[in-house]
Amino acid sequence: CAECCAAANTQGILPDTNDCSDKLRMYKVVVPDSTFTCIFATSSDIISCPEIMKWNGWGYSDSRFLFNKKGQAEFTGKRYRLSGMILPSLKDWFEGTFGASLQHKSPATVSAIYIYFFNAVQPPTLNEAFVEDLKSVGIPFSHDAEDRVFRAHGHCLHEIFALREGKVGRVPDLVVWPNCHNDVVKIVELACKHSVCLIPYGGGTSVSSALECPPEETRSIVSLDTSQMNRILWIDEKNLTAHVEAGIIGQDLERLLNENGYCTGHEPDSMEFSSLGGWVATRASGMKKNIYGNIEDLVVHIKMVTPRGVIEKSCLGPRMSTGPDIHHFIMGSEGTLGVVTEVTMKIRPMPEYQKYGSVVFPNFEQGVACLREVARQRCAPASIRLMDNEQFQFGHALKPQVSSIFTSFLDGLKKFYITKFKGFDPHHLCVATLLFEGNREKVLQHEKQVYDIAAKFGGLAAGEDNGQRGYMLTFVIAYLRDLGMDYYVIGESFETSVPWDRVLDICRNVKERIIRECKERGVQFPPLSTCRVTQTYDAGACVYFYFAFNYRGLSDPVHVYERVEHAAREEILANGGSLSHHHGVGKLRKEWMRETLSNVGMGMLKSVKDYVDPNNIFGNRNLL
Amino acid sequence: MAAKPPYSHRDPMLKKRDDFEDILEERRNSSDLRYALKCYTPVVYKGVTPNAASLLKTTVLQSDQLHYVVDQLSKETGVAADVIQEEASAILEEMAHRQQLSTVRFFAFTLSKAFKALFRSIHVNEEGIQRLQQAIQEHPVVLLPSHRSYMDFLLMSYILYTYDLVLPVIAAGMDFMGMKFVGEMLRMSGAFFIRRSFGGDKLYWTVFSEYVKTMLRNGMAPVEFFLEGTRSRTSKSLTPKLGLLNIVMDPFFKGEVFDVSLVPVSISYERILEETLYARELLGVPKPKESTSGLFKARKVLSEDYGSIHVYFGQPVSVRSLAQGKVNRCHFNLMPRHIPRRPSDETQCFVNDSAYSLVRAQEENMVLKPWVLLASLLLQNQSQGLLLDELTEQAVWLRGLSREYGAFLNWPDHMAPSEVVSSSLSLHRDLVKISGGRVQLALGGQAGPRQPCSSPITEEELMNQAVVVLSCTSYRNQALHVFLRPALLASAIHIATSAKKEEVYNSFSFLRNMLSNEFILCPGATLQDFEEACYLLGKTGALQMSQQEMQVTDSGQKTVNFLTAMLDPFLQGYQVVCRYLCEEATEALTEKQFIPAIRTFIVRLILAGSLRYYELLSSDLQKNALAALLRLGAIRKIKVADNVTLKVNRLMVNSLEDTLGGKLPTQKAVAARL
Ligand SMILES: Cc1cc2nc3c(=O)[nH]c(=O)nc-3n(C[C@H](O)[C@H](O)[C@H](O)COP(=O)(O)OP(=O)(O)OC[C@H]3O[C@@H](n4cnc5c(N)ncnc54)[C@H](O)[C@@H]3O)c2cc1C
Repeated sequence: CAECCAAANTQGILPDTNDCSDKLRMYKVVVPDSTFTCIFATSSDIISCPEIMKWNGWGYSDSRFLFNKKGQAEFTGKRYRLSGMILPSLKDWFEGTFGASLQHKSPATVSAIYIYFFNAVQPPTLNEAFVEDLKSVGIPFSHDAEDRVFRAHGHCLHEIFALREGKVGRVPDLVVWPNCHNDVVKIVELACKHSVCLIPYGGGTSVSSALECPPEETRSIVSLDTSQMNRILWIDEKNLTAHVEAGIIGQDLERLLNENGYCTGHEPDSMEFSSLGGWVATRASGMKKNIYGNIEDLVVHIKMVTPRGVIEKSCLGPRMSTGPDIHHFIMGSEGTLGVVTEVTMKIRPMPEYQKYGSVVFPNFEQGVACLREVARQRCAPASIRLMDNEQFQFGHALKPQVSSIFTSFLDGLKKFYITKFKGFDPHHLCVATLLFEGNREKVLQHEKQVYDIAAKFGGLAAGEDNGQRGYMLTFVIAYLRDLGMDYYVIGESFETSVPWDRVLDICRNVKERIIRECKERGVQFPPLSTCRVTQTYDAGACVYFYFAFNYRGLSDPVHVYERVEHAAREEILANGGSLSHHHGVGKLRKEWMRETLSNVGMGMLKSVKDYVDPNNIFGNRNLL
Repeated sequence: MAAKPPYSHRDPMLKKRDDFEDILEERRNSSDLRYALKCYTPVVYKGVTPNAASLLKTTVLQSDQLHYVVDQLSKETGVAADVIQEEASAILEEMAHRQQLSTVRFFAFTLSKAFKALFRSIHVNEEGIQRLQQAIQEHPVVLLPSHRSYMDFLLMSYILYTYDLVLPVIAAGMDFMGMKFVGEMLRMSGAFFIRRSFGGDKLYWTVFSEYVKTMLRNGMAPVEFFLEGTRSRTSKSLTPKLGLLNIVMDPFFKGEVFDVSLVPVSISYERILEETLYARELLGVPKPKESTSGLFKARKVLSEDYGSIHVYFGQPVSVRSLAQGKVNRCHFNLMPRHIPRRPSDETQCFVNDSAYSLVRAQEENMVLKPWVLLASLLLQNQSQGLLLDELTEQAVWLRGLSREYGAFLNWPDHMAPSEVVSSSLSLHRDLVKISGGRVQLALGGQAGPRQPCSSPITEEELMNQAVVVLSCTSYRNQALHVFLRPALLASAIHIATSAKKEEVYNSFSFLRNMLSNEFILCPGATLQDFEEACYLLGKTGALQMSQQEMQVTDSGQKTVNFLTAMLDPFLQGYQVVCRYLCEEATEALTEKQFIPAIRTFIVRLILAGSLRYYELLSSDLQKNALAALLRLGAIRKIKVADNVTLKVNRLMVNSLEDTLGGKLPTQKAVAARL
């Protein structure tokens, strides 16, 4: 650990210190105003921070949507551009789309107090010997109910819904906070020695039930929280790589690199809260993958601690032909093989110029045709996303009251132009949002190329603002689910990847299937069933579905929700879509793994697991 | 044959059916011209592609599917791709419909006149129409009418026009193209034409299937075709053809549409226009080539009374729900969807099962007129005939039985049975004669008064009489599906060597297998059919069943006799075919010679007085028997030069004959097959 600190020091990243035991203070120095920063106790009793993060919803406690006394929607807090703004049309859209009403509230029934003070949480099953040994090696840990509950879930609908109702299932018995790679090695050794189940925990943004504790697990379950392993250990400007601890959170990583003039360019929508280790463990994908690549393109070297020992490659060569790439056993392993502790990843100089854009198409078909052509010509901007008509309308509903960046007067004009002059039907048109990055001249050139292609498919440039707002909304959209849940509306998103020729078919069929299933399962109001194409590839695209419905009158809404999502996934598979493009499998999608990988494929993965972790120390039971 | 729970939950009597509405009534009370010119604004499929109709041909010609096959053919044959593409374009020209509203209006007008002249009423179930309208908006729709008459598809379009529904495009046989003017008129009313046989012609197949699929995918109009492939000359449903059904299901399998709705439609005619025409055809009087003048020679037809028509639009069947758990759509995940592929076994099996259940759905909703029952009774009493009172009494009994079995019987209950009987008889006066209070089939021919039941002396006389008998059987056949399963059981009990349930089941299974080219019997559903038959016979008290045995009750004798008599001609027919093959057929018998030869054989037997069923002269029965024997491997086809000869396994044919006649236990026949 001392070496890494030293190494980091030479890069000028870490403040001058050679004592890693003073880690906590140091952390604060490194990221003084990190919005995710937890409040540390000075002792080893580290308490995470419900004051800053919601315990039963998405994101920061201070940021949330609500309907104010006048019945207008409002986004609280100061963190986002939308913060503090009034959204005048959201109410009508909300009530109209879901048949919901502000009169019918379904607030979270339970406050945190209940959970922690009224024994809603089972007392921990502690492995005393393990705890003793932990103490002796000086690794901080906690068995406070609050800490345990916080790390017992990701952000699947059923997980959040249960919390809102005060229902807590099996939670970890203990949380440990390793400081560095060596700490992890020690913890894993102890876990093996005392037969303890370990579940790595990064940012907790999983949407695949990956963090859920298997209820059938009888051993003591220890959540291994990587949040303290959050330093950039070195930056290599010659090779444009950085060596980073895996617990670092996306926004911190970007900010720290930015300070040095670099970026990774890896921006999943969850980057405010998800961790580097989590990305590696789930094969994450970032919005700007067209320039920077997905996580598998970004990593150069990975270090992982397994029950068998540490796995890593011997050099930093950019590509190797040394048999199957062992990185690919690690990436996507979802915490079943070990803990990713350090990652060397590619970095890029920060782009000199960024420009948003948007294009309106007369219909979704034309939009998809355009994206396909852009992919064919391999000229996709950093990001290009196509929303269907429902999402376009939704986007409109999120327009804030007058404000400089939102130039609603012009927008109004534009809408007029689109709907009246060009004969676009407001119930069919759809919009693509674009983000260009790079050298200014090239960006402008690139922009022209893309708009020219769009024009061939009837696309009209619809301005930077629309584009920018589109991307900003991706960060606040997760907050909207909490608002819905206050008014009997539940929902979720899920994704897939699919060959180009099936994009339209899969979109239509899955959306329709959702509507059908809702009806058949007694949902009283038509659901919101919408999609967008979020990534383009040479051979296909990533499609994202949003689905939400009003659950008034249903006795078990979560069950209904799960059945519908299940049906939707079957539909996806029947239409040639993949089980997952980037969310991963976790426990939510396990049942389809065998048909996805073939028997032999499953056998291969199993034998790796059996070799690496014969006693199932990493017992979260994801994937297999 | 585990005992399943009784069938109470699917008691055929509880089947709920819609009410009918006569659409001619309004025609009789208001202007046909105004009707033909009415404002016609049908609702369309919600996902309809704009300009689909005008782009149809281009879409087909530019489809990946066609390009792929054109390229492939070009590589195989060395013919330039654009030449083949031209050819495809010509095929499409020959095939495509050119529906236009003006022609439709013309038909609306002329058909109104014609229908009013021909028919008393055209009854349609309006709830079915409403369901159809709903279905049309939701998903691409395929209309699957039964096929008994040339009238069928004009009638269908007429009804849809009347109810302001989107007019269908109809797959029609090329035979119509012979009639130039009519052919073109039909084309303009929405028919498209397919060659009768294009077996290995890949290009033709591709153009054709792409054409149909494009129309479905675009959802511009319902596609209509006849599952049975051709008009049934016997009024029995025909074994479904799978080609088109495969094509219309394909877009669903490939995820190109969310779902496809299949709507079985049952069209029942009280009197079939082509009645005697069909009988002649079946007897081997060559089919008159369909020509315009031929159709119009039917002028005389216009002065006759053809009673009423019932058209029942069945419950739309979702291909998606049908396929649930039976077809794995992932099958198409690993290859581009435009590359032609044989359907998987699973898919083929599914399409086949679906086809059968759709034909059964058609059968179930066929309206039966009292005459159908009368014809059945008269055929069973050919020699003596029946006294009018007797006939009425029996008909009332049979009415009860058929209702118990779930028949969709249109018997006017408000009329006295005797009235019902006499009005039925009068509508079919060509087929019956009443003398001295005795009702009989009109077998006398034109040759003045003859002794009732006199055997024919000349072959010509025989044929004339057979025309009447076959016309009559075509009515009886309408009711066959109602009685089929119990009749198979009754016959099985009859030929089984003991009353052991096991034994009876074996016989049942044997008969069912033997006759599965003759009737609509879903492959693989033997047990289900057996249980259904047991249930029906048991429920009417005709059968007593213990754990081991099945016994016909005294009171059930009448039912069982009736049922056995119903199947008897078929069983006799198959035996005669077997006998012919064993006794008379030479090594050199070709497939082509089979029908004339067997006909001669049967004529001889009848004239000699050793065979009494004239209906064995029906080439339909003969062909079906041959097909069954081929299927069972008792005959093999051998290609010799240009001819296909039939190689007979005499031992096996012989044992099949004996088993059919109840002379050999079923076990043996089964053994002989091996
Ligand atoms: C609103 C929202 C938006 C999202 N957008 C995106 C997106 O754009 N792109 C995308 O790819 N995903 C997205 N996700 C999914 C999620 O953010 C990713 O799966 C992310 O990679 C998870 O990282 P995490 O640090 O939160 O991991 P966690 O949720 O803490 O853990 C996820 C899994 O990884 C394992 N794990 C975590 N850290 C380690 C480690 N160091 N070593 C070994 N195993 C580990 C855990 O055991 C668990 O099985 C989104 C989720 C939400 C809620």
